Amino acid sequence: MMPRGSTRRREGYVQRGTITSAWAEGQFILTAAGRWDIASAQVLETQLRAKAPDRQGASVCLDLSGLTALDTAGALVIDRLLRRLRNQGHQVAVVGARADLCELLREVQRVSQGIATPMPTPAGPRFPFVDRIGRATVAVGQDALAMLNFLGLVTVTFLRLLRAPGRFRWKPFAFHLEQVGLNALPIVGLLSFLIGIVLAYQGADQLRRFGAEIYVVNLLGIGVLREIGILMTSIIVAGRSGSAFTAQIGTMKVNQEVDAMRTLGLDPMELLVLPRMLALLVALPLVAFFANVVALAGGAVMAYAYLDINFVQFTRQLQIAVSAQTLFVGLIKAPVFAVVIALVGCYEGLRVTGSAESVGLLTTRSVVVSIFLVIVLDAIFSILFSYLGI
Amino acid sequence: MIAGGEDHPVIRVSGLRTRFGQQLVHDGVDFSVAKGEVMGLVGGSGTGKSVLLREIVGLMEPTEGRIEVLGRDTRQLSERERIALQARWGMLFQDGALFSSLTVLENIQVPLKEHTSLPRDLIEEIARVKVAMVGLGPEAGDKYPSQLSGGMRKRAGLARALAMDPEILFLDEPTAGLDPIGANAFDELIGSLQKSLGLTVVMVTHDLDSLYAICDRIAVLVDKKVVVGTIDDLLQQDHPWIHDYFHGPRGRAAGAARG
Repeated sequence: MMPRGSTRRREGYVQRGTITSAWAEGQFILTAAGRWDIASAQVLETQLRAKAPDRQGASVCLDLSGLTALDTAGALVIDRLLRRLRNQGHQVAVVGARADLCELLREVQRVSQGIATPMPTPAGPRFPFVDRIGRATVAVGQDALAMLNFLGLVTVTFLRLLRAPGRFRWKPFAFHLEQVGLNALPIVGLLSFLIGIVLAYQGADQLRRFGAEIYVVNLLGIGVLREIGILMTSIIVAGRSGSAFTAQIGTMKVNQEVDAMRTLGLDPMELLVLPRMLALLVALPLVAFFANVVALAGGAVMAYAYLDINFVQFTRQLQIAVSAQTLFVGLIKAPVFAVVIALVGCYEGLRVTGSAESVGLLTTRSVVVSIFLVIVLDAIFSILFSYLGI
Repeated sequence: MIAGGEDHPVIRVSGLRTRFGQQLVHDGVDFSVAKGEVMGLVGGSGTGKSVLLREIVGLMEPTEGRIEVLGRDTRQLSERERIALQARWGMLFQDGALFSSLTVLENIQVPLKEHTSLPRDLIEEIARVKVAMVGLGPEAGDKYPSQLSGGMRKRAGLARALAMDPEILFLDEPTAGLDPIGANAFDELIGSLQKSLGLTVVMVTHDLDSLYAICDRIAVLVDKKVVVGTIDDLLQQDHPWIHDYFHGPRGRAAGAARG
């Protein structure tokens, strides 16, 4: 009951619990005195381990008449002593306890009987490493199936909405459009600008050796429009908005708001998932386009400062290097990534159960999984485009 | 904790005033709780029962007044003294307020690990004894709070409140949300723990059956003040709210059940 490592004593409670031992008339007598409470328990426990009769089968007498106070911890120390002595084959008698202390001791003895034998832990698998790999594989498979199922559910909900478009929730849609689109512009813009600068600088360093500085513009144009712009945007949005989806829906799950919706006849898919997904579907291509423009601007600034390519030259070269097709090859991926990010974010949010901890856990998962899927899909797109010769 | 008799009250509240902005919640609350007593705290919604309880345990500051717990003025303590004093009381929150990332056993071990330097196996055993004492089966110890029913969470919360063998137990609506049989069992549990551990108990409750079953005295919050007495005293009171409370249909039913 005292703070950790404390030498201070509680006001008015200076007597610590003590234990002394002696032999008398062939009996081993243990005399307990003072306050046997949680503050003394540690000392008593260590002292008692050292005090055992050195004769086999001796009779032991535990004299509790000097006890002034007892709490559960103290009673447990006595109970452990008695169990230990009896296991060693000694006869034990307890004498002299005050009636009220005796009642507590009996109560602790009663409840500790049920727990004295620790429950056997089931034997673990023989190869825990293999076991873990197997379980993880099965879990991934089940997860993928469940996610596919969820995609189907979203699709069905969407199709149902098309039959009754009046049911669409414009207010949450507009709210999320602002959240995931407009509010993402500063951070996406800043990072894209910096990426443009870095890309131009690294490219220029290599190309200058061949006297081909002007091709920095080609590198930038194709790199940014086809890959970097949309990929950067998707990763930032997954970190920003995918996690927010999971946390929002997850917290509502913990508060049983989602259950409340169901009992009120409202469909969480329609109310929570669709507005988020459609908002992201609209916002992500726009944000990605903005990111493309800003990254090119960053590259242009770098080209001007480092390579003496002025903006007119930059623009002219850009026109030669890229066509509208380059832009669309990049932007066509945006809706797909948007669906993946929203799907994972909402799915993980709805998987939250019970505790606050699971919200945090699944939010992390949501970000990791959606970034992973975005990059995997990007690779698949690259293979597909090269196969189609685009 | 069973200790020698001490005559001064365990808790003494005097001249307590609480103000939230314009709203005066308590205006001169005075009462004291004697050692080993079970004190019920009742009052209509919004009369500040929970606020009073939170002020006594130091979760909120009263605007004015003096609160003494175990002979110490709670507002004049240094940080270390406050922690030492807090280890001598336990509080059960309405829904248990168990740490959701820990199992029941780990929840009970939190204060023991923090405030004592007992060996691990003893701490583990103390925790298991507390689980058994509050009437939970041994398998409940390894479960997480989200896997327990409301009644079991309350019992687990009680086990954690009792972990450090406190002298005072504060309960915030211990039987709210329990079925009548579960509520009765919880009342009996608190009564028997109170006797075997020699606890002083202060409980906020709406449950008239609890009041009849285990409370020695009752503090009623009316008109921003407190009226204290045994049930028989309060039955004689002619203050309209107190009269309605104890003579209303529920009050009569609970009284009749007492016989």
